[in-house]
Amino acid sequence: MLEVQNLSMRFGGLLAVDQVSLDVQEHEIVSVIGPNGAGKTTVFNCLSGFYKPTGGTIVFKGQEVQGKPDYKISRLGMVRTFQHVRLFNQMSVVENLLVAQHRHLNTNLLSGLIKTPNYREREQKSLDRAAYWLDRVGLLDLANRDAGNLAYGQQRRLEIARCMVTEPKLLMLDEPAAGLNPAETKDLNQLIVSLKEDYHVSVLLIEHDMSLVMDISDRITVINQGRPLAKGTPGEIRQNDDVIKAYLGEA
Amino acid sequence: MTARNFKHALFCAVITMVVAYPILGLNLVARGTRVGLEGADTSTLVAIFVAAMVVFSFQLYRDTIMAALGKIPKLPPLAGREPMPQAKRVKMESWVLTGIIVLALFWPFFVSRGSVDLATLVLIYIMLALGLNVVVGLAGLLDLGYVAFYAVGAYTFALLSQYMGISFWMALPLGALFAALFGLVLGFPVLRLRGDYLAIVTLGFGEIIRILLNNWTAVTGGPNGIGGIPEPTLFGMEFGRRVKEEGNTSFHETFGIAYSGEHKVIFLYLIALVLAVITALVIRRLMRMPVGRAWEALREDEIAARSLGLSRTAVKLSAFTIGAFFAGFAGTVFASKQGFISPESFVFLESAIILAIVVLGGMGSQLGVVLAAIAVTILPELAREFSDYRMLVFGAAMVLMMVWRPQGLMPMRRTHIELKRQE
Repeated sequence: MLEVQNLSMRFGGLLAVDQVSLDVQEHEIVSVIGPNGAGKTTVFNCLSGFYKPTGGTIVFKGQEVQGKPDYKISRLGMVRTFQHVRLFNQMSVVENLLVAQHRHLNTNLLSGLIKTPNYREREQKSLDRAAYWLDRVGLLDLANRDAGNLAYGQQRRLEIARCMVTEPKLLMLDEPAAGLNPAETKDLNQLIVSLKEDYHVSVLLIEHDMSLVMDISDRITVINQGRPLAKGTPGEIRQNDDVIKAYLGEA
Repeated sequence: MTARNFKHALFCAVITMVVAYPILGLNLVARGTRVGLEGADTSTLVAIFVAAMVVFSFQLYRDTIMAALGKIPKLPPLAGREPMPQAKRVKMESWVLTGIIVLALFWPFFVSRGSVDLATLVLIYIMLALGLNVVVGLAGLLDLGYVAFYAVGAYTFALLSQYMGISFWMALPLGALFAALFGLVLGFPVLRLRGDYLAIVTLGFGEIIRILLNNWTAVTGGPNGIGGIPEPTLFGMEFGRRVKEEGNTSFHETFGIAYSGEHKVIFLYLIALVLAVITALVIRRLMRMPVGRAWEALREDEIAARSLGLSRTAVKLSAFTIGAFFAGFAGTVFASKQGFISPESFVFLESAIILAIVVLGGMGSQLGVVLAAIAVTILPELAREFSDYRMLVFGAAMVLMMVWRPQGLMPMRRTHIELKRQE
């Protein structure tokens, strides 16, 4: 589904990402790991169109997307979360989910102004979808709170729900477990697996929590100092000497 | 602690004197053809000294005074009360608002011509502030040149009527559309800008429009302005004593009543009222539509909005365009009300006042903005005797608001959205 080949990103004299290749198949959870500053988030930023990569190709569902504007990539079905939660803080929880569904709503101004039946129907559908996902991540009772007032773990879950209402094919999660306590991490673990199993979404994951990564990943790509270091199943990565030296062993 | 307070108080007192003495204590007087400087009389000097002493003692005992102020019980203990059920409150609000609008419809028949005229001006400001509220309050784009679109609306009507003899009702949509077009045009170069940078560019744009109107004498008449702008007609009935245009009839003759200058004023007021209500309703609806939520999302977090597939270009341009559209509305009404416009009416101060209305009312809150528009327009009229101190009072009110209610008179309240439980 996603094919990344020889992706490079250069900031002036700094080669932040150097010839990284990875691929994500349908119905698969792929993790990207590496020490701090290895360039994982930069890879994400290139994939989601926040940066224009200086080299390499990104093919998503048979379409080259490198260098496309971020909102177009997102509309193709590749949606991301952020390392530091980015919600619309002063909007209510449910409004956060409604914003994300603007594509499914009729964007014609006039039909909305006079509330045509078609518009009402679409609006109701998007409300239902929002309610469904709020229920799914356990935030339905907080639907009318300001998103900024939620607890941190709830904000994390809301961010994932906000991606899911856009009905993505590939979900990119940037350190979703950062700042969560062990119980919350376990819930997150289950949620991500269920996204794959029940909603047929592929997941590309950046994470530092090794137990989470080893638990749920189908395959893992290790990056060190911008360069690809190893690739393989969790079992293989655990045994890989280079990885242990560069990353796991240091801890 | 006390020593520091003393030093601070002394400093403040000295500053008070340094600032106040040259301003109040020295007067310019004309001596023949020359201008001389003269000291003020003793009472002024004493007053300055007393003021400095007041500042000194306030600063010295500041902690005590502020602590005492803190002990004054807070006004209404809102927290203790059970909030009204959502449905009931919404119903009540809409009844009250409808009542106010109906009252506003009949009110002009019982009051003086001056009040109605002033009320029309208030309504024009309400339209402007509601429009700017879209740009600043919802989309979070600080626009300091909003008055430009107001000017475009007014001049569109004035020029079209002067050169092509177009009537008010034709000019109303044209003026608004033309202003919207200008909003779109301004939107393009500023797409990448935010915050301070955006404010400066929009400020420049506002000035460009004004200076253009001022200097393009051949078309706009420059500083002399354009006069003789027609008043609106009611189904071809004019409100003047004599009919100006062929084919029209006059209002008082058609209905067989005596001519009165008030008819025209009241009619304009009613038009402004209807337009203001339409503006409020349309924007209220837009706020609850995807486009309105997109504006807010862009204000809250542009990067997150883009990551969800919102196009920054479309969202920003729509905010500018729709904001400008309603300014054009207001401009057309203004031109018709005055009958004469010149670039003087569209200076930066107007932009600042409209922005102040939005900030005072509470960003994004429609009701707050309406209240603030009423307050900002009417208070200076009520306090005519203090007109010398108008700006001083205005500034002080702004500072006090920022201290006590930084979120505005009536901060925006999120609409409650009822969700169906999934089975």
